[in-house]
Amino acid sequence: MLSPQIKENLKSASLIVGLFVAWEIACVVFHISPIVLPRPSAVFTTLIIQMPALWPNILQTLATTMVGFILGMIIGVALGVFVGVSRTAYKTAYPLLVGFSSIPKVAVVPIFVLWFGSGTVPAVLTALTTCIFPIVVNVATGLATTEPEMEDVLKALGASRMQVLWNVSLPRAMPYFFASLKVAVTLAFVGTVLSETVASNLGIGTVMMMATSSFDVPLAFAGLFALAFLGIALYSVFAVIEQRVCGWANRKQEFAMG
Amino acid sequence: MTTTFAPVEHRGARIAQLEDVKVRFGKGDNAFLALDKTNLTVRPGDFVAMVGPSGCGKSTILKLVAGLLRPTEGVVFVAGREVGAEQVGIGMAFQNPTMLPWLTIRQNIMLPLKIVKPYSDTFSRDKDTVFRDRADALLAKVGLTGFGDRRPWELSGGMLQRANLCRALIHSPKLLMLDEPFGALDQFTREELWAILQDLWMETKPTVFLVTHDLREAAFLASRILVMSARPGRVTEDRTVDFPRPRTLETTFEIEFTDLTNDLRRLIFAARQGVEKA
Repeated sequence: MLSPQIKENLKSASLIVGLFVAWEIACVVFHISPIVLPRPSAVFTTLIIQMPALWPNILQTLATTMVGFILGMIIGVALGVFVGVSRTAYKTAYPLLVGFSSIPKVAVVPIFVLWFGSGTVPAVLTALTTCIFPIVVNVATGLATTEPEMEDVLKALGASRMQVLWNVSLPRAMPYFFASLKVAVTLAFVGTVLSETVASNLGIGTVMMMATSSFDVPLAFAGLFALAFLGIALYSVFAVIEQRVCGWANRKQEFAMG
Repeated sequence: MTTTFAPVEHRGARIAQLEDVKVRFGKGDNAFLALDKTNLTVRPGDFVAMVGPSGCGKSTILKLVAGLLRPTEGVVFVAGREVGAEQVGIGMAFQNPTMLPWLTIRQNIMLPLKIVKPYSDTFSRDKDTVFRDRADALLAKVGLTGFGDRRPWELSGGMLQRANLCRALIHSPKLLMLDEPFGALDQFTREELWAILQDLWMETKPTVFLVTHDLREAAFLASRILVMSARPGRVTEDRTVDFPRPRTLETTFEIEFTDLTNDLRRLIFAARQGVEKA
């Protein structure tokens, strides 16, 4: 007999496959032109056939995204801690952050290109600026969730602010931090591809730009699929790390007061 | 010569002292006096319980002594020094046990040793030997033998509160602050924990400040009970409780005990009436 866990996974997997099958059937039944919406089978075939040509572009996009994401993570955590512990910093930085995150990044790319020329640098910067907001907000929020009683206990013992931060606030903020990483890594992809479509000669964004301009819609979709796979893969990596590092946060729901 | 040393002895006999202390919260029209001019002297080893209607400034006194709150007027001395710059490693426990969920119960209990000197100097060396044994010995005293490696979510509310007492006492503090520690527990667990707390207190005789709503709890545990009036808070009654120790549940059935709790109830009732008229 299969365990309920496996059964559930099988169920959701078959539903996902079913979705693609429905798409395939719809394309055939309604005679949808491949220039409008290619069949998933055609997309997968293109993806496999074009893989040798796509591969360097995939690596380029992945590398750009990771560099932008890691920089965004470092700066995001630093900013988040700064905003989370200081009232003045919070009041100063928050409106600026909200304002900055409201700017569509597509409007920022030309400015980056103007400053640094086209290529990898504006893509890294776009990835960074796209993914940083949720990290800052979540780290700051996580730091603010420290119970006032716990802070009082530590202060009465004579703990310094650094000791409170290190022993209580930062570990308490970890689940928030990891939750934001999962979102941020997918946002970083969006930023990279956005910049690549505007000003670059390598990367999935560039490939898709060229494919659409030559009406090779299956190739454009192959690019989309490749992006989706990369996104899912990185999301899973961070989900696993999160489970390892802060398993206690999920257990907490069973925390019984009785 | 003795006269030269007299002030020192004088100070030594007062572990905590409030001199003309007033506390005001808020600003402008919203400002209110939480604690009216209060003078209070507590000797080392006193077990002081504070009772009174809600909002009477019981917790305010606790926070003043713990250095978590500055008086608006007056001075607070702890161990002969003005409260502030240098803390003396005060143990504290609230109704909410606040055990950190990413640590085991033992690691939670050992947290003060990581912070309070001189323990903090040798923490990394002693955490798996001397300090571990110390934590386990304390766990045994509160009836939690074998729970050191468990996580907080695996324990019931009563068990967490026992662990909370351990954390407050692990560094043998001279001062112990308890803010309604048993408020969320059922009657039976609560009475069990009274006895445990009394045993722990009798071993090292720290000075205790206990805030409680439970008059029987105050009468059972305290050597001195302060009754406070409603806002602005004032100490209206200062009772010495000298039932012999160790007190047991039998003590609570004695006529002197019930007389005391009835007296306290009357005093608090009078204090509340005063508020409603005003």
